[in-house]
Order: sequence, then structure tokens, then C-alpha cells
Amino acid sequence: MSTLDSSNAGHLGGHHAHGGSYLTPKGGWLTTVIDWATTVDHKKIGVMYMVAVLFMFFLGGVAALVVRTELVTPVRTVEVQATDPATGQPMVDAEGKPVMKSEIRGQWLGEMKAKITGQELTSIDGGNNWYNRAFTLHGAIMVFMVIIPSIPASLGNFLIPLMLGAKDVAFPRLNLLSWYVYVTGSIFAVCSIVIGGVDTGWTFYTPYSTTTDAEYANVVLMVLGAFILGFSSILTGLNFVVTVHKLRAPGMGWFDMPLFIWAMYSTSLIQVLATPVIGITLLLLIFERMFRIGIFDPALGGDPVLYQHFFWFYSHPVVYVMILPAFGVISEIIPVHSHKKIFGYRAVAFASLGVALVSFLVWGHHMFASSGELAATVFSALTFLVAIPTAVKVFNWIATLYKGSIALTTPMWYALIFLFLFSIGGLTGLPLGTLATDLHLHDSYYVVAHFHYVMMGGTIITFVGGLHHWWPKMFGRMYNQFWANIGAFTVFIGFNVTFFTQFFLGTQGMPRRYASYIDDYQIYHVISTVGSYILLLGFLIHLFVFLHSLVAGRKAPANPWGGLTLEWEAASPPDEHNFHHEPIVKHGPYDFDTTVPPHWDPKDYPLPARPKHAH
Amino acid sequence: MSTLDTRSGIGNDVPLWKRYVAGHHWRSADEEFDACTLGFWLFLATEVLLFAGLFCAYAMLRYKYPEAFVNGSSYLDWRWGCVNTAVLLLSSYTMAASIRMFQLDRQGTGKLLLAITFVCGLGFLFVKGTFEYMPKLSGWFFFLDPALPHYLEFKNAEALGGMLVHIDGYGGKAPGQFFSYAFSSDPWEPLWWSVYYSATGIHALHVVIGMSLIAWCWVRARKGAYGPTHYTMVENTGLYWHLVDLIWIFLFPLLYLIH
Repeated sequence: MSTLDSSNAGHLGGHHAHGGSYLTPKGGWLTTVIDWATTVDHKKIGVMYMVAVLFMFFLGGVAALVVRTELVTPVRTVEVQATDPATGQPMVDAEGKPVMKSEIRGQWLGEMKAKITGQELTSIDGGNNWYNRAFTLHGAIMVFMVIIPSIPASLGNFLIPLMLGAKDVAFPRLNLLSWYVYVTGSIFAVCSIVIGGVDTGWTFYTPYSTTTDAEYANVVLMVLGAFILGFSSILTGLNFVVTVHKLRAPGMGWFDMPLFIWAMYSTSLIQVLATPVIGITLLLLIFERMFRIGIFDPALGGDPVLYQHFFWFYSHPVVYVMILPAFGVISEIIPVHSHKKIFGYRAVAFASLGVALVSFLVWGHHMFASSGELAATVFSALTFLVAIPTAVKVFNWIATLYKGSIALTTPMWYALIFLFLFSIGGLTGLPLGTLATDLHLHDSYYVVAHFHYVMMGGTIITFVGGLHHWWPKMFGRMYNQFWANIGAFTVFIGFNVTFFTQFFLGTQGMPRRYASYIDDYQIYHVISTVGSYILLLGFLIHLFVFLHSLVAGRKAPANPWGGLTLEWEAASPPDEHNFHHEPIVKHGPYDFDTTVPPHWDPKDYPLPARPKHAH
Repeated sequence: MSTLDTRSGIGNDVPLWKRYVAGHHWRSADEEFDACTLGFWLFLATEVLLFAGLFCAYAMLRYKYPEAFVNGSSYLDWRWGCVNTAVLLLSSYTMAASIRMFQLDRQGTGKLLLAITFVCGLGFLFVKGTFEYMPKLSGWFFFLDPALPHYLEFKNAEALGGMLVHIDGYGGKAPGQFFSYAFSSDPWEPLWWSVYYSATGIHALHVVIGMSLIAWCWVRARKGAYGPTHYTMVENTGLYWHLVDLIWIFLFPLLYLIH
């Protein structure tokens, strides 16, 4: 019945006559909360993912600031006084001066102090452990709970059915389940942090993850959290693959799909095919930590390098789960905001699949220091293959910009920032893929800077850019472009100040994951920390711009940027069932030179005169 | 929405499967079925990859410690492996046949075959738990265990009115650091047991999940949920069950037969 009625309403009353948008509350606040908590609407689930991801981004960001603040001084910046286990009182030395946790155990300074004061090394919560926990928290949250689900789960969920002209994803209830699984996994991880944290690093390398000081329960909870998050990732990926196969609008062939869909399709394939391997790995790791089964423990005959292989067999492809959706977003933003057909559609589409394929062959390049010479050489050679499809994309985006009618909107600024940062990130990866230079740079701040340029400069920057691109569609409100641009510039400056300095630190020999360092590095660390505060300021500006938009933003038109993909045919925000009619695809997603964008007046969008020989 | 069906005059005495209407976002029930099956095949791919990790660990550790693995494998009785393989193969047949019966709307046979499949799964777990896990881990034998007579001279305890018999020194073949079997001939044998219990344990978990799905199908089938035009759930449960079977067909030779 709903189809018939809505089509009538669409004809008679225009686009806003029928029903309500998906955001329209169903009743009182309780009804609304229950409605959202039990919804199978992909748009609501996408928004819920967005909120969850942004919250985790906040947590991970706080941890990052703690880490950066600690690194301002070469030894210790933030101090916590230790507790004497015998008396339960704050611990003091022979002269009555307070003894800090860091001085008790695990650090030469603490050892010396203990010798002088003659106090026993009893606290397990001493040393640099809390620093280790802060960066583990930062890394694990940002990778597993922010970057991996950021674009796929939030923007992907919201946009894939809209872009395909479908009413929903293939398995709506499974989609809701994925969200709950994601939240459950996150709760496990957060619990592990609340009860003391994990000091293994986000990779959970054995033997760190099987023998470090952190309580057994913490590590197990955290690893279990990652294991559960993996399920969420698999289910979402599976859902998207089937959606792309089965729910394209009539008239939409594979090569009429928007490039965001191609990127998400490739991403989902990786999620489905790589995540199970980390599933079994983390499961074995849990067995290892709980029952000491020995598969990764050399003392019992196991092999810690096997863990590394398993881990990277998943985690390298997952690097592309992080970056491919970003490629998809950029492939949408650039043509729309330069009103020009994407250069080399098929090349970009196949490059996504190419990246997905190559991603399964290069895990060994994370292990140059722990694998044999031949293996390292082969993996090094294979690693350079990744550069090919990636460079194809970058050149195609630049070629798309060339002679385009570029609108310097916030999403476009973000796309340009992405091109700049990602190119630095990509090119600084080459010395890491090269064996000889990698052995110098391995596990140094150079690596830290490199992957922040790729993962944050690539994915997070694009996620924020994508949010600005689709914000009017998601919430039906425009935002203040001036302040959004200020935010973008602040983020750009803060990012470079934070991470560019780390390239210098790394090449000069500063290893990653150390809380203390020699005095010569201090100036770089101070600059980097100042940069991280600028980054914080930038993100706060964005937060206020978005909040302001929700409260007082101008109402968004259905197609504010003049996009041609199907989501712009829906209202802003879209109706409950997305479209009034099932859309029929009659033009390509980027045919800006031959098609007036939906909801635009041909007067406002004069098409270029068609050359005589065309058609 | 099912408004169409009530208007068409077909009453509520019509079986559930005839009244099934595809989700609102599908153009037809056929497309929904195709999508569900495609999704399920993808899910099976993830399962295969999950076990691939275990097979990898097996291959690598076997390569490192061939003697420990040969020696460890010799504690397993290939006849029990065979019995369990046969049980699972039979259950795969009954599962497949059950799907066919629902396609032909032969509800009674379909349900019976589901039940047989379930019982086969139970049998598999029984053999695994009673004749393999229990004696090896704890030294307690089930009194009908054909291996028991060989060890009766070392009997040192009984329980449950003679149903369980404890053999001194037999148990302790546990994974990793829990290994306490006194007569092992290879120092790396605990590792073999780690691989054995991880692989068969995770497989057994899959058997349990498969049995739960079968039980759910049976409950739904009693309400008439499956028939010639709608049998997605049974079909996919069948796919899952075949995968569980298939994994075992790989585990069986790797663990029991290779020497």
C-alpha cells in the first residue's frame, strides 16, 4: 500500500507532502529512543554508527593527547604518587619525599630510587606501564573502533542503499545486529581500560600480550573486544557485498555504479575475507593467555612469529579497509565539487579491486625485522605493487580537477587536504617498503609519522570531509561554511605540525612506544605536542559547526552541491523508504557535461554546448 | 506487507510458507532467496578462512616438530574418527534430503530427517566427548569404552556406580602447560594437544551451533514455515551443516590418519 500512496503524493503534493523524513520522531522521547534502538533502517543505523564512532574518536583522541603531553619532557611529565602496599598509605622515601609510581618498577630510574630508599619493588602498577596503556588505548581504539568502522559503517550504511537506489541494505536486521555487536565489542574494550588497561600495544604481539604486567582479565577483555568487533566488521561487509550484487536500481549496471560503491565493495570483500583470520588468531591468543596452550609461546615450542604472520595477514588488508572507503569518498567529492566527469572511471574502479587483491599479498612487509632474507625481499617487491593502483587513483583525481569548475567548499578543501597529506603518506611509505632503508627506520617515529599521514591524513580527514559532503543529506541542514573552512585549515596545520616533526624524530633514531628519550629530541617532541593541541582546536571547531548546524542551520536543499548520484534524488533528509519511486538510472554518476543534476533548474545549470559529432 | 494475501480470500488455515512475503526492500521472494544464499556462501567463506588459521598453525608446528605430532596422533583411535566421519556424512545426507522434502512439501519426512540430523550431531559430540576428550584429559573412561580392557590392570577408582572408571596415569594429555601425562616420549607433545584441542574444540562448537540451527528449523517446521516456495532457512542451515562436515573431513586425516 505504501508504494501506491507515496507515488500519488509525490505527483500531487511535491516532494515534502508525503510522510516524514527518517528523522521525524515517532512520538514521545521514549518511543523515539525505542524506535532508534530497534530500527532496521540503514539510515538510522548509519547515524548511530556515526555517533558511536565519534564518541570513540573522542576517547582515542584524549588518550593521544595524554601520550603527547607525557612526551613534552624527556623523562616524566605526569606523575602519580605510588601507594605502599603494606600500609595502603601514599609511599614516601627515607627523606619523606613522595615516591612516584614510575619510580618503582620497570624503569632504571625507579630501580635506582628503590636501591637508595631500600623499599621493595612490589607495585605492579609502576614503571612506564601507564604510559604503555595510554598509547595502547589510543592505538586500539583508533584502529578497531574508529578508523575501521568510520567510513564503511557510518557513511557506507547511510549511502550504499541510497546510491544504489534501494530501500535498504540486503539484510536490515543483520545490519542492526552488527551495530549492537560493535557496541558490545567496544564495551569490552572500554571495560578492559576502566579496570586497568592493556600495555601490549594495539598489535597484541606475543609475548607482550601473553606475559605483560597487565592483569589477565584486561588483556583477555581487550582481545575479546577486538574479536567481537571483527564479527561486526564481517557482518557489515557481507551485507554490503550482497546489497551491491542484488539491490542495484533498474538500469544500473556494474559500471554505472558510483565509485564510492566500488570502493565499498572492495572494502567489504577484504573485510569478509581477512577478518576471519584475525578471529582465529585472537581466539588462539585468548587461549594462550588464559590456558597457556603454547602455540605462540617459544617456551612451550610455539612460535611468536606465527602470531605476527596471522596478525598481519589480517591487519595489512585491513589497512585498505581503512583507506579504500576514503578513496571512494574522494572519488565522489572531487567530481561533484569540480562539476566534471571523473577522469578514468574504469581505472579508478579497477584500482579499488586491484588494491584489494594486492592487499592480501604484502603482509610480510610489517615483519622485515623478523623474517628471513628471501621472504623479506619478495615481500618488499610485492609491496611496491600497491603503489600502482594507488597512484592511478591519485593521478585520476588530479586529472579530474584539471579544467574543472572547482567550488572551494569545505568538502572540496578536505579532498585537497587529503591529496596533499595522502601523497606525503604514500611517498614516505616507499623508504619503509625498501628493505635497506626500512631496517634503519623500522619501529621508529618515522613509521609513526608515516602511518598517521596515511591513516589519519587519509581516512580520518576524508571521513570528516565526507561528513561535510553528506551532512546536508543526512540531517537536512546546511552548516556554516566559513567556520567549517576555518576548522579544516586548523586541522590541516595542526596535523602537519604534529606529524611532520615526527619524520625528523624517526630519522634521527627516536624509537616508537618509549616514554622517555634523550634531551636532544625534546624540541621536536614539544613542537609535535603543540601541533596535537592545534588539532584538538580544529576538531572542536568542527564539533561546534555541526552542533550549530543541527540547532540553527539553514534548511538544506535536496541537492546542495549538484551531485548526479542517486542519493541526491532523495529528499534531504531522505524519507523513511528513501525514494518516492524506485529510481531508474538513465545517466552515469558523473555525466556532468550532459545531465542537469536532480532538483536543479536547467537555467541554473547551463550544459556546455554539445559537440556536433557526439551521438 | 501482507495485505494482499488476506484480501485474496485465502484464510489463515493456509500453511505459513504460503503466506510468506519477502521483505519490503525486495522486488520478489526469489531475489530475496538468491541474496540470502549468496550472503550465506560468503559467510561460509569466512568460516573456511577461520579454520585456515588453524590448519596453518597445524602445518607449521607439524613441520617444526614432526615427531611430537606423529607421537601425539598415535594416541588417537582412527576407528572413532571413522565412526564420527560416518555419522557426519550420514547427517549431511539426511540434511540435504530434508531440504528436498520441504521443497516437495512432504512436511513429515522433512521434519523427521531434521530430527535424525540433530541426533547424528548429538552422536558425534557424544563420541568426541566420551571416548576421546574425557579419558585423554582426565583418565576417566566410560565403562563401554572398547579401549578400557587394555588398561583395567591400572584401574584405581570408579564413579557413578561403575559407569566411569579411572585409569591411573592415562589422563593428563591436556594442551600447553596443563599437560601432565607422565609417559610422553617427546618434549613438544603438549603443543600437539594444543592444536588438537583448539581445532576439534572449535569444530565441536560449530557442531553445536549447527545443531541449534537445525533445532530452530525443526521448531519452525512444526509451524509449517517451510515449503516449496519458501525454505531459505533450511537451505542455509543445510549449507552450514555441510561446511561443518567438510571441515571434519579435513581434520580427520590430518589428526588421525597421517603418521
